Amino acid sequence: MIQSRYVKKKVPFELYEITLLDADDEQLLQISEEMGLALNLEEMKATRRYFAEKGRNPTDVELQTLGQTWSEHCFHKTFKGTILTHEGKKINSLIKTYIAKATLELNKPWCISVFEDNAGIISFEGDIAIAVKVETHNHPSAVEPFGGAATGTGGVIRDVLGVWADPIACTDVLGFGPLDYDFSKLPPGVKHPRYVYRGVVAGIGHYGNNMGIPTVNGAIFFDESYTGNVVVYCGCIGTLPIKKYIKNAKPGHCLVLAGGRTGRDGIHGVTFASLELTEKSEEVSRPAVQIANPIEEEKLKRAIITIRDFELASSITDLGGGGLSSAVGETAHRFQCGALVELEKVPLKYPHIPPWEIYISESQERMLITVPSENLEKVLQIFESEDVEATPIGRLTPEPLLKIKYHDIPVAELDMGFLFSPPKFRGTAEWKPPEHVEPKLGEPRNLKSVLLRILASPNVASKEAVIRTYDHEVKGNTVLKPLCGKNDGPSDAAVLKPLDSSWKGLVISSGMNPQYGKIDPYWMAASAIDEAIRNNVAVGGRRIALLDNFVWGSPEKPDRLGSLVRACEACYEFSKGFEAPFISGKDSLYNESPLGPVTPTLLITAVGIVPDIRKVVTMDLKTSGDLLYLVGRTYLELGGSEYFRLHGALGRSVPRVRLEDAKNAMKAITNAIDAGYVKACHDLSEGGLAVAAAEMAFSGDRGIDLWLSNVPRTDYVQTDAQILFSESNSRFLVEVPKTVQADFEEATKGVVVSLIGEVKKERSFSVYGLNGKKVMEAGLNELMKAWKSTFRM
Amino acid sequence: MKKTDVQVCVVRAGGTNCDGETKRAFQDLGVNAEIVHINRLIKRRNLSEYDVLVFPGGFSFGDYVRAGAILAKAFSAKLGKELERFTDKGKPILGVCNGFQILVEAGLLPGFSGISEVPEAALATNFPIGFRCRWIHLRHENSGRCIFTNKIPEGETLRMPIAHGEGRFMFPKEKEKKFLDKLLENDQLVFRYCMETGKPAGESYPANPNGSFYDIAGICNPEGTVFGLMPHPERAYYGWQLPDWTRFERLPKFGDGRLIFESVIEYITTKL
Repeated sequence: MIQSRYVKKKVPFELYEITLLDADDEQLLQISEEMGLALNLEEMKATRRYFAEKGRNPTDVELQTLGQTWSEHCFHKTFKGTILTHEGKKINSLIKTYIAKATLELNKPWCISVFEDNAGIISFEGDIAIAVKVETHNHPSAVEPFGGAATGTGGVIRDVLGVWADPIACTDVLGFGPLDYDFSKLPPGVKHPRYVYRGVVAGIGHYGNNMGIPTVNGAIFFDESYTGNVVVYCGCIGTLPIKKYIKNAKPGHCLVLAGGRTGRDGIHGVTFASLELTEKSEEVSRPAVQIANPIEEEKLKRAIITIRDFELASSITDLGGGGLSSAVGETAHRFQCGALVELEKVPLKYPHIPPWEIYISESQERMLITVPSENLEKVLQIFESEDVEATPIGRLTPEPLLKIKYHDIPVAELDMGFLFSPPKFRGTAEWKPPEHVEPKLGEPRNLKSVLLRILASPNVASKEAVIRTYDHEVKGNTVLKPLCGKNDGPSDAAVLKPLDSSWKGLVISSGMNPQYGKIDPYWMAASAIDEAIRNNVAVGGRRIALLDNFVWGSPEKPDRLGSLVRACEACYEFSKGFEAPFISGKDSLYNESPLGPVTPTLLITAVGIVPDIRKVVTMDLKTSGDLLYLVGRTYLELGGSEYFRLHGALGRSVPRVRLEDAKNAMKAITNAIDAGYVKACHDLSEGGLAVAAAEMAFSGDRGIDLWLSNVPRTDYVQTDAQILFSESNSRFLVEVPKTVQADFEEATKGVVVSLIGEVKKERSFSVYGLNGKKVMEAGLNELMKAWKSTFRM
Repeated sequence: MKKTDVQVCVVRAGGTNCDGETKRAFQDLGVNAEIVHINRLIKRRNLSEYDVLVFPGGFSFGDYVRAGAILAKAFSAKLGKELERFTDKGKPILGVCNGFQILVEAGLLPGFSGISEVPEAALATNFPIGFRCRWIHLRHENSGRCIFTNKIPEGETLRMPIAHGEGRFMFPKEKEKKFLDKLLENDQLVFRYCMETGKPAGESYPANPNGSFYDIAGICNPEGTVFGLMPHPERAYYGWQLPDWTRFERLPKFGDGRLIFESVIEYITTKL
């Protein structure tokens, strides 16, 4: 501690001046570290320059405000920065160059607000729009799984409230280390995956269930690298009448802070999230995890929706990362105003919290709205009627200056222009294809035992034990639940019926496969997009919007940044190609632990619509005698597959996406579903054809005959195992009644499609190999048992 | 009373969260339903203006202390007199899930001899432990006392979803036998968890999802006008809410839960 640099000011509370002006570079970095600012040297130097011009040293409040506002978490420096690739290409902003570029070029009229607000907004039916946001909450969940996951859910719900939308559903996709991880291999500071898993699942259920928002869609992945870097994606979807989407804050409008009280929980959450996890994270960053109170948020939600309906406020934002500092700053910045904050007015959980902590605390369940003074009384009354505390804490001002006072004593004064123009991130990116080799495997003698083992593998097996702990039908609008059919099969997507007055449905699905990213992040991203879209299409969804969520390692390391660039390139290519624009996204970088970096992981969330929910199709087989068609071609693509993993290999033949074929297949599926030719439809993903067919069979309690020789494939695919377990993208298995056979074939003309089997009366799963002989015979019960026994209720 | 004159009060407090779909179920059947915050009810003291009182599902006041305990006490303390008058007049009260917990905590159920001062039963932590959301089967056991199930034949098997962590119905151990006899004698037993076939669940998981004594899922008071149940009839109102509706040749228009709303509306419109 360089004590001499922290000078206590002569005021009746804790306020320090930091003597920055004469500090050398080393000392600048030391200050950044000691104060937990997470600012790099360039940023500290820019700060020193700014205050040198002002001719004074900064206060702790000012430095902390900068640390929060300029954090990776709040400002997304990497995605907005300049990246130099090893081929000599200069990328000016990953967002503008790739992700948002596709959206801009597609220019869909139904995109109302993209990459702008707390959540992406698209039109739905008439005046009603849909708001969607997916967040990550990895760092807090690593330190305190229950609290981290619960506040992740609470935070993303507030993001949706933060565009005046009423939350109607949650999603969650999780990544853990292997649950049987060897205790003796755990480094200090890393919690066992089983502990993290239990806590995270309980935290998500606790928040969603208590708030009465159904958790309708999700997935769980297991990967060695998630042991040190747990992955927690929380999503939320809401509805809003678009004309109530008001944003016209003006100087003079009051800043009203509503909801929970402010305490010392969640100090430095964002700067913590912008650093690597270390052994000391527990000790140092435990206060960075917030405490969740879903009932407080439930009340807050009611009040906010009422204020929205009466159009009493001029803008809204949630208090998430950075607390007041980012909510006030961003609100003022957005409306080209300044702000005056009187910090002593902020209601506290307990007294004697220094001003800087009040200003950056991330205590949960708080929202900031701006209110024209003539509406203030009404707004405060509404909060009171819901038993929610709300307090005016300042106002917007005409001059672009952030002024913070505490008991009338100025504690900070920063120019808005400076606050919102941090030095640009500059990174170098280098991606070298890893040198994986394709394993040479002989044809297994017992295909059945392979299938049973894949069905029981953690990434494929039923997650019913987790799903049932989430309320997925509160609000009574869940048309297609996470589990479907006679025996709780895995739905491809969730469908909601948000409006009582309309049959129109909202379709939510996701795609993610970190295993492919180990081979090539480009094809991982392409595959995730294809998977999210085909899951949506499989139940009847269309007009699809996408959300991206990157979980990556430190962008300061060229290889991590290199793979990130590659994934972004695919995002542009396939978003554009599928005409599915990105509407929102979020990145979580610096996922590095003593065990190494996280496996680069991209979650794609797809939000589609279905014109009439009564036409929705589920994946469980319905009627014996019906025909089974496979749509899409099977390639020799076992790289990153569950089949290879079973053999301890990764391989290199990662599944690719052939855009034109994929689009045609999807269009054909949509047409066939609309025409009513499809009784059941399931997408082929982890475990390939064998797993998809088995799931359809036991979910519907119907037997199957499958003829592998009829499967459309390339010449390289030469064995039964390859056909059964290849994970080629853009494929669907479809149940079609014989009565409409000709119609279905007509509707799918020009698409790669083939009749490959039949639904039968006997409760058995029979596969006939390329030689025409039976190569597998399994009972539905044994398949189901394998699938259901990995995670116990 | 005409349907259009019927006023249903769906009461809520912080943490209530099934009010919207409960209101929708009543409205769909042509009666007026309003969601009213308990603060407003206390301020206006107008409970008597309503014909049906509903405690919907949720986690009122966070279910701190015990599920439903705080709202039950708040209601009894602030609106006890009004509540007594309401029940004395034979006006129906429905409690679903958290609402059932509230009615038990408030002493309205089982209510062997009027509103009891201390709870005579409890909805304890599930066994096996944990929150669970799934569809279960119910057998209708009431012989006509309960005005909420008049449209359901005795012995009928119904399907509805549950979603709770504290739903294990129990009597005090030493009074278990006595209270059960009373319940049966008074025709207060309404729903029991059962197998798909209608056979009793035999207090065994998963047919009995929470370990409830005697597979009890719902009971009414001796007059049959106060009814509480753990399953959610409002989530089994429309056909498209069923977990397997895509397996039907034709989409069923309604689910079994609707019968409960129909029954109580029929009672009000014909008997009150």
